[in-house]
Amino acid sequence: MNKGSRAAKLGNPILGRGAAAAFLSPSVIFIAIFLFIPAGWTIYLGLTNYKLTGFDAANTKFVALDNFLKAFQDPQFISSLKLSIIYVIGSAIIGQAVLGFLLAWVLSTFSARARNLVELIVIFAWIVPGSVVAFLWFAFLNADEGTLNRLTGSNIEWLIRYPMLSIIAFNIWRGAAFSMLLFSAAITAIPKSHLEVARVAGATRMQQLRQVIFPSARPYIYTNILLIILWTFNDFGPYLLTGGGPGGQTEVLPIFVYNTALRFLDFGYGSAIATVMLLMNLFISLIIIKRSKRNR
Amino acid sequence: MSRNIFSRKRQIIEERSLSERSFSFIFILLVVLFFGIPLLWLMLAPFDRVASYSIKWPNWTLSNFSTINENPYALRSLVNSAVFSAGTGLLVILIGAPASYALSRVKFAGRDAFLYVLLLFSSIVTGTAAMVPLFLLALKLNLLDTYHGVILVLTGGLIPVSIFILKDFTDSIPKSYEESAQIFGASSWRILRDIVTPIIRPGLAVIFVWSFVQAWGNFLTPLIMIRDVNKSPAANMMYSFYTEGGQAILPLVGAFSLLYTAPVLLMYFYVNKKYGFRFYGGIKG
Repeated sequence: MNKGSRAAKLGNPILGRGAAAAFLSPSVIFIAIFLFIPAGWTIYLGLTNYKLTGFDAANTKFVALDNFLKAFQDPQFISSLKLSIIYVIGSAIIGQAVLGFLLAWVLSTFSARARNLVELIVIFAWIVPGSVVAFLWFAFLNADEGTLNRLTGSNIEWLIRYPMLSIIAFNIWRGAAFSMLLFSAAITAIPKSHLEVARVAGATRMQQLRQVIFPSARPYIYTNILLIILWTFNDFGPYLLTGGGPGGQTEVLPIFVYNTALRFLDFGYGSAIATVMLLMNLFISLIIIKRSKRNR
Repeated sequence: MSRNIFSRKRQIIEERSLSERSFSFIFILLVVLFFGIPLLWLMLAPFDRVASYSIKWPNWTLSNFSTINENPYALRSLVNSAVFSAGTGLLVILIGAPASYALSRVKFAGRDAFLYVLLLFSSIVTGTAAMVPLFLLALKLNLLDTYHGVILVLTGGLIPVSIFILKDFTDSIPKSYEESAQIFGASSWRILRDIVTPIIRPGLAVIFVWSFVQAWGNFLTPLIMIRDVNKSPAANMMYSFYTEGGQAILPLVGAFSLLYTAPVLLMYFYVNKKYGFRFYGGIKG
């Protein structure tokens, strides 16, 4: 008894320092092997001309920034970068964040039963495995029998005529549930009385949104935007629907890295592009984390 | 007098809310159509005797499901997916749970910095940005074309977020349970086994299902690491269900898609019903 209460007083009741270190070490080892080493290795490889086949394979050399200079003159890389930016703006920001917010907001005024039903359908789309979703959209957009053409009475090869629009819609469909759930948590967390007061004072929906909902949901909004921008920027999903085609029109950066490094086995150049992606991830994270701190 | 003003105001609010309601209703209707229509194919086509790309009331049959048996790799790929996903879910818990418990209960210098760096790194180094070294790592360690190789790589990617969610969950549990057990003289090991584990079980279940679902749908890791068609999971196997002329074998694709989707849907609904899958502010920045 004495021993126990003394330990409790020390604020270190169950785990000693040694035990805590033992509890942490497997995770630390895993994170070192699968996060830190790959990050360093990517940066290192990007500075070499490492290839798995051909002449350079036997003569791997340090080429400093050659790969990066090459990248910014490579029209394929520039086009991939542009496609990635369009994809992020279209599907993450306009699509998932705005649609997710509208859904959470509008549904918060519905009865619990109606809300659960609509949420169920959106969440369903989120849980279905990516490969199946890709096929559902492949069927939906099919030129001859696809439902979209049946509904609009047209005969368009959507995946060939509008490939970017197709992968954006596909990704919104897959991802909107996350934003919706996060924003409904934010809206539910707002004390009912705040909205009640605003409503009784005659505030319009827009005023309620600007003056009550946005200020209290702000931390959620930043977290959500940070996560979905990063996810979408690094998303390999378009490969499932279009394989990067037709003619590279949906070859966003992750697919470009995959093709360069793992299909054409140019590890050096592929890693340089991956390094650019790592730096952009870092840049996006820092900007948004900084903004969210300033606005708190 | 004051009552009068109040009721007039109320009338204005009610008129406004009527147009708002119809607006909301139309918006939600469109959303339901957008999300619901593609899903209908998954519900109907697997049971249609003449499956096509279109969505129509099926000519009911179960014969499409027997095509799964006829394909030499289809069922096997589902078993492979189960091995990858269950292995990943278990390993994530085995490694992540002790770490999150230690991070929640023991204060040590640099803990917050550790968590911050972990969060930043895990969001920066993603599967796609690190695919080249992960492939080379697997090549050098003889992990290509192995089950444990895929499980290790998938686990590595999921550990940071799991630690975060589990630490948050553990933080929400008062320490008093553990302390009172200690006062009654229970050993640390017994407290961990008989008190802590049962209390954090809902958190463990949510993390297990979350990891399982992530691994179940993952396409990129097996694409990079698995060449052997006998070890290929369902996510990648679906892309082989084509005729030599490049036409999708629709009866097989439909039935297989439903069979492949069902386990994760059931798991989701089970966990959601039992523990709730919502965000309890845990993910707030």
